[in-house]
Amino acid sequence: MPERKIRVLAAKPGLDGHDRGIKVICAALRDAGMEVIYTGLRQTPEQIVSAAIQEDVDVIAMSCLSGAHDYLFPRVTELLKEKGVQDILVLGGGIIPEEDIPTLKASGIAEIFTPGATTNQIIDFIRNNIRRN
Amino acid sequence: MSALERIKAAKAKFEEKVAKTLQKMPERKPAFVNTSGIPVERVYTPLDLEDFDYMEKLGFPGDFPYTRGVQPTAYRGRFWTMRQYAGFGSAQETNERYHYLLNAGQTGLSVAFDLPTQIGYDSDHELARGEVGKVGVAIDSLWDMETLFKGIPLDKVSTSMTINSPAAILMAMYLVLAEKQNISYDKLRGTIQNDILKEYSSRGTYIFPPRPSMKIITDIFEYCSKEVPQWNTISISGYHIREAGATAVQEVAFTLANGFAYVDAAINAGLPVDSFGPRLSFFFNSHQDFLEEVAKFRAARRLWAKTMKERFGAKDPRTLMLRFHTQTAGCTLTAQQPLNNIIRVAFQAMSAVLGGTQSLHTNSMDEALALPSEQAVQVALRTQQLIAYETGVADTVDPLAGSYYIEKLTDEIEARAQAYIDTIEKMGGPVVAIEKGYIQKEIQESAYRYQKEIESNERIIVGLNKFQVQEEKPKELLKVDPSVRDQQVERLKQLKSQRDAAAVSQALAGVKEAAQTGANLMPPILSAVRAMATLGEICDTLRDVFGEYEAAPFV
Repeated sequence: MPERKIRVLAAKPGLDGHDRGIKVICAALRDAGMEVIYTGLRQTPEQIVSAAIQEDVDVIAMSCLSGAHDYLFPRVTELLKEKGVQDILVLGGGIIPEEDIPTLKASGIAEIFTPGATTNQIIDFIRNNIRRN
Repeated sequence: MSALERIKAAKAKFEEKVAKTLQKMPERKPAFVNTSGIPVERVYTPLDLEDFDYMEKLGFPGDFPYTRGVQPTAYRGRFWTMRQYAGFGSAQETNERYHYLLNAGQTGLSVAFDLPTQIGYDSDHELARGEVGKVGVAIDSLWDMETLFKGIPLDKVSTSMTINSPAAILMAMYLVLAEKQNISYDKLRGTIQNDILKEYSSRGTYIFPPRPSMKIITDIFEYCSKEVPQWNTISISGYHIREAGATAVQEVAFTLANGFAYVDAAINAGLPVDSFGPRLSFFFNSHQDFLEEVAKFRAARRLWAKTMKERFGAKDPRTLMLRFHTQTAGCTLTAQQPLNNIIRVAFQAMSAVLGGTQSLHTNSMDEALALPSEQAVQVALRTQQLIAYETGVADTVDPLAGSYYIEKLTDEIEARAQAYIDTIEKMGGPVVAIEKGYIQKEIQESAYRYQKEIESNERIIVGLNKFQVQEEKPKELLKVDPSVRDQQVERLKQLKSQRDAAAVSQALAGVKEAAQTGANLMPPILSAVRAMATLGEICDTLRDVFGEYEAAPFV
């Protein structure tokens, strides 16, 4: 049986319209052999979590450049906990001040990627930290 | 032997010399190409401009086709407007930043609204959670607008507002504010962005589907051409297209294609081209490749002028002139060694000035990290003042004209942009091209290529993939007070308890009726603003009639 591809939900939570980064990451993850589902803009945390469950993904990769990450990212992990989902790796990226990162990680975001991160770092991180086999 | 033949002969000898040099020492790269994919030759000579007709291609500054600028004296008369985009938190905090900027010598205001405002939600809306006051100031009603401009007489400043889908509403708030300051509409100077097409392709703050959106835009053109004659009714924006990843050629092409679509829509709505044409303005990016950018601005001016004249039959010179604001490229700034961003911004600002911009925003060094701090904003503004007052580049008009490379590149960018525009026109115009995802995909491909170039070290970004250092992440970044949302929610409650509810309902009914019948929306929106209807209420009324745009994610 062929190995199951890593499935990633790429998501834009909130009202932010900056989607250059997330689209570049979609293309890079696909080139790395992953299956990527992109939500498009303006997703609520509820929509992201329900799409993640429905699509049975291994990873949620969220991007936010509007500064609303402090509310939106933890809301996603909170909803995952409420639904009893523990095996989805959640990543965040965007213009995220250093001082916000500890709080985000404490809420269950596995890693935060900020400007300058390469697509290869993200790919490696996913491969090394994926919670499902 | 003619002059050209002599040059040809000399060039042949030069090539021989080059061949010998290359044997000893190859060049840094096998081929040199700019960000638009245009090959960059080793040297340019009159042979590259063999059929170059000065009067046809350039003419004089202030003359058709305006390649050399729209104004005969350019910066010898007056420098460009120094206009820093600013807004965050509450109207009161932003008002303080505006006073700071005006005191620091800034000559125009530029309002950044938060995302809920840009997408037509009041601060108490569920979808506004986490976003209130973050990327701009939160404006829910005329009350906030009054606070925003407190102590700023509207006849003394020119104000640019980055607002698109709800542009008619913010414009109406500005007009009503002018009434309250006893200033007549004809004294008002400024710009609303009001460019919905690039929202669908690149920026994301759309509300309504394309057709009603275009109708709102032409309503604004019509209303302002009569009532607010000095106002720029649109700022057709390449900035965000470029930030989303487009090349310089794509930026010119997609922006001008959008511009032509607005002109078409207005003509179809019965407006003569020269009635609204003089108030169309543009907004471009100034990116890394210094000379490519200078050529880009010049190419855009010529392409616009020629098309407006030949295709749309415009006669008023002001309709033919492409006037533009420029912002340096946010996407080129690095979080690594942020002080280097000051230098990047300075070069990009210089490109814009050599390209003949009418106004300029210089980015702050800390923008890859957070909202700009006051000190970073000051350095950014000083960069412009330094270019203006110290470098001498503003003392003669279009100083790079006649450079073989610049002229060749200007021609090349114009031709390549025209080819894209023809493709888009054949598809049925930008709306169709966006619906098919063509423009989005073109931009995405360029963005991905650019990122791959960086990751393969084919493209060097100083401090990022070469000359890196170990460094501490900077502190003292600006942080928006999270209580802004609570304050705004409280103000909304107060407003709703104090205003005349019946008058609000009646005014909103007027908006609805105009939306249904196709009457111009500006007068009823003005009435709604005067009755203290909120931005969200007016947008909801329009949503009821027009519906909402659903974007298909093309990746």
